[in-house]
Amino acid sequence: MAKITAGVATSHVPAIGAALDLGKAGDAYWKPLFDGYEFSKRWIAAEKPDVVFLVYNDHATAFSLDCIPTFAIGCAEFFQPADEGWGARPVPVVEGAPELAAHITQSVIESDFDLTIMNRMEVDHGLTVPLSLMFGQPEAWPCKVIPFAVNVVQYPPPSGRRCYNLGKAIRKAVDSYGKDLKVQIWGTGGMSHQLQGPRAGLINREFDTMFLDRLVNDADALSMMPHIDYVREAGSEGVELVMWLIMRGALDAEVEEVYRFYHVPASNTAVGHIILKNKS
Amino acid sequence: MTGGKPYDNVPGTVIFDAEMSRRGYHLNQFCMSLLKAVNRERFRANERAYLDEWAMSEEQKQAVLARDYNKMIALGGNIYFLAKIFATDGKSFQYAAALMTGMSQEDYANMMLNGGRSAENNRYKGEQSDG
Repeated sequence: MAKITAGVATSHVPAIGAALDLGKAGDAYWKPLFDGYEFSKRWIAAEKPDVVFLVYNDHATAFSLDCIPTFAIGCAEFFQPADEGWGARPVPVVEGAPELAAHITQSVIESDFDLTIMNRMEVDHGLTVPLSLMFGQPEAWPCKVIPFAVNVVQYPPPSGRRCYNLGKAIRKAVDSYGKDLKVQIWGTGGMSHQLQGPRAGLINREFDTMFLDRLVNDADALSMMPHIDYVREAGSEGVELVMWLIMRGALDAEVEEVYRFYHVPASNTAVGHIILKNKS
Repeated sequence: MTGGKPYDNVPGTVIFDAEMSRRGYHLNQFCMSLLKAVNRERFRANERAYLDEWAMSEEQKQAVLARDYNKMIALGGNIYFLAKIFATDGKSFQYAAALMTGMSQEDYANMMLNGGRSAENNRYKGEQSDG
């Protein structure tokens, strides 16, 4: 049977991708950040997941204002890295897992979450930067990926509670898939950051630390936090953190914290990263 | 504006909700067109002529020409869409963020290196001293 073995959360700043792609990862500015992922790269090389279910948000790349799905699941065989205005990132094409994606789609919709089905979709830095952070710069990504895009561009995004419960539905779907597969679920985006207006540059280490702590040990109550608290405490773009609750909802109630990393700044953003494993 | 939105009193922040999205639809879709290299070239060649192909307000067009990002946001622009403009200009998110705060890029970058803008006295309109 397929099994969700671990959850990973990480921020997905575009400048991180640019730093890697332009060979600046060893620069004084960037080195502390990439050093923070060295453990994670070794860990995932040993874990060898077959599939990563990658929760992220599109940044006005695949979705313009013509169509704004709250939850969109990528069911295609391949996903091309997109040109976001600076030219496409020189990273491998993302290989999908269409059979598992179709199974999850059916199961999750039957659990009352109305997904939009994407049979063709380009993926932006929201998806490719986490892959780069966890896998470095390989010729091909070492596992298949199911992209799962969440609207956090036009307010309101889905509530933290809905995201958390969606995670549970995804867990149920994976658990009921007949093939033996090691599946990881990743939540990306955050942590505190604001990219717009006179309040740009907002960082809130205390909030981020609280969020990480409660994500591990108090996630059910954390999922009740209203959007306005994210906006006020973690910045207008900090609300991306609801995506981490999808990851958390797909894990056991009790988890082991394998690793944690926190770093300020990456461009405008506080970078948070955590690895969680089911205890059983 | 319809009253009573819980985020109206967050300082220095415009939340891109359904109302702003409606107001900024054509502005944001113009930005979206800049994802294609050929359109970036056409825009660079004659910005005004390119903007005139879109059903944007004159105020929105002037804000684009002036690269006044705070104004574009007030007129319904969303930062992830507006990013296509500064990408076309060869500029980074940090450049644009500094511009919107009124700081030099160097001062802004130093603020980030020192831990960023504090949330203290920055949660509600009126509690901060510097606007």
